[in-house]
Amino acid sequence: MAAEAGGGAGTGGAVAGGEAVVYEDTGAYQDGNALAGPLSEVFGVDVTLAAVRCTECGLAGPLPGLRVYAHAPGAVARCPGCEHVVLRLVIGEGTAWLDLRGTVGLRVPLA
Amino acid sequence: MGIVSPGFHGRRRQGDVKLPPGQYLTEDFPVLSAGPTPRVGTDEWEFAVTTETGERRGWTWQEFLELPAETPTVDIHCVTKWSKLGTTWTGVSLDTLLADVETTADYALARSYGGYTTNLPLQDLLDGQAWLAYRFGGEELAPEHGGPVRLLVPHLYFWKSAKWIRGLDLLTQDEPGFWETAGYHDYGDPWLEQRYQGD
Amino acid sequence: MARLAETRDETPTARTLVLDVPGWPGHLAGQHVDVRLTAEDGYSAQRSYSLAAPAAGARVELTVQNVPDGEVSPYLTGVFAAGDPVEVRGPVGGWFVWRPDDPAPVTLVAGGAGVAPLMAMVRARRVAGSRVPFRLVYSVRTPEERWYTGELRRPDPGVEVFPLYTRAAPDGWARPPGRLAKDDLAAWAWPPEFDPACFVCGPTGFVEAAADLLVALGNDPRRIRTERFGPSGG
Repeated sequence: MAAEAGGGAGTGGAVAGGEAVVYEDTGAYQDGNALAGPLSEVFGVDVTLAAVRCTECGLAGPLPGLRVYAHAPGAVARCPGCEHVVLRLVIGEGTAWLDLRGTVGLRVPLA
Repeated sequence: MGIVSPGFHGRRRQGDVKLPPGQYLTEDFPVLSAGPTPRVGTDEWEFAVTTETGERRGWTWQEFLELPAETPTVDIHCVTKWSKLGTTWTGVSLDTLLADVETTADYALARSYGGYTTNLPLQDLLDGQAWLAYRFGGEELAPEHGGPVRLLVPHLYFWKSAKWIRGLDLLTQDEPGFWETAGYHDYGDPWLEQRYQGD
Repeated sequence: MARLAETRDETPTARTLVLDVPGWPGHLAGQHVDVRLTAEDGYSAQRSYSLAAPAAGARVELTVQNVPDGEVSPYLTGVFAAGDPVEVRGPVGGWFVWRPDDPAPVTLVAGGAGVAPLMAMVRARRVAGSRVPFRLVYSVRTPEERWYTGELRRPDPGVEVFPLYTRAAPDGWARPPGRLAKDDLAAWAWPPEFDPACFVCGPTGFVEAAADLLVALGNDPRRIRTERFGPSGG
């Protein structure tokens, strides 16, 4: 899937809240790999081998293909195809909040 | 607490300035982003207030610039622990924007270009506490800092000061926004260190 | 908990840290660790670093580039001394990994500090006695910024290294300084017909460009794995 290879400049139109928004590619994101540590604290297994499917555009691919914006109060992983928010992870003092609203599921290979 | 690394101090508060608990002082202006930066041209920009009855009041860029501007100098505090003191902005007070709006709402949900949202009690937007800012330090507000227009509510953690704002929904019931539905505090008072839910 | 065993300076601003981590479970080439520093008052900061070599028992290696106004890297490259403790979590990340039992030829494309996990793959190949052909395209600004120079100047048989300079090249270097271009990868990466496994690591912009070039040359996007550095704040 294009996600792993970057698939373009990250510009172009995306629909958010009904209006067309043009985004600037700020290069401010990392791969989903960056979530491996924090997510393994939550799950106890390596979910970076999991497959996800975006609820917005249907693009499916491995979790590492997501674009992770971590320079924020929490980590926000977005679909590389449409920039829709796939998952959000906030780690506070002794608590983690994980929101998976943007994927229809996680397919996790079991060792 | 983790293992202490000898000689590690990190970026921590300076002793001689009064900062909210847990904050450190920064001179630069870190850019935080939860997504790509939306590019919103002023020719297409619009800001609208929608009340609990569905009544809508909108301003185009030209109409917005014709409103009386203020130039507040304020301290800002980010939940990622940096604080920046004495920042000067130019913007329109929410008192001005909401003056003619009929509402009995107690809450507001700020909506941004790009889909970001954040919630605040309506009273925290009134009485000279909040602005729609379009200039920073005498310059046009840069897109990475929320330009063309961002919300500025300096008495709360800075995630409440939504970048790229395009609207305000006035609500009779509180509706948590982007970070508030992901573990962050509903109100976010830096002096009470209300970072996470339950703080 | 880990302790610093020894250090090696790769450049004046980059240092390899050799850590003793009792009970280390072993790791795959390409995986990373999260390093957490805690001050006496409880303030803490965390960063991810790629493991730069296969584990030698309980010993692991990472290479840290000092970011001058950073928070963690100046400590790790300057203050952190042999015998000091540090909190290390990992290994993490099972995606950006090379396994020695994979027979496909390997194209590695590194931008700056992105060479660290790719060096781990080169070293894992050596430890495993693998004969899988490797090609490493290594982009740095200047010759002085190259890491692992001794090892990469005389690479193992079957490993080819192609340095590429973006700002200043050594005297007499045929390729003028400049960003990684399609011609570079056409000449140095394995041809797509060989169906190579491609690993690209570096700053976000570099990875984006390199991965797009590999696809443009005909590589299957599913064969390209990437690891981008974000704006970590050092």
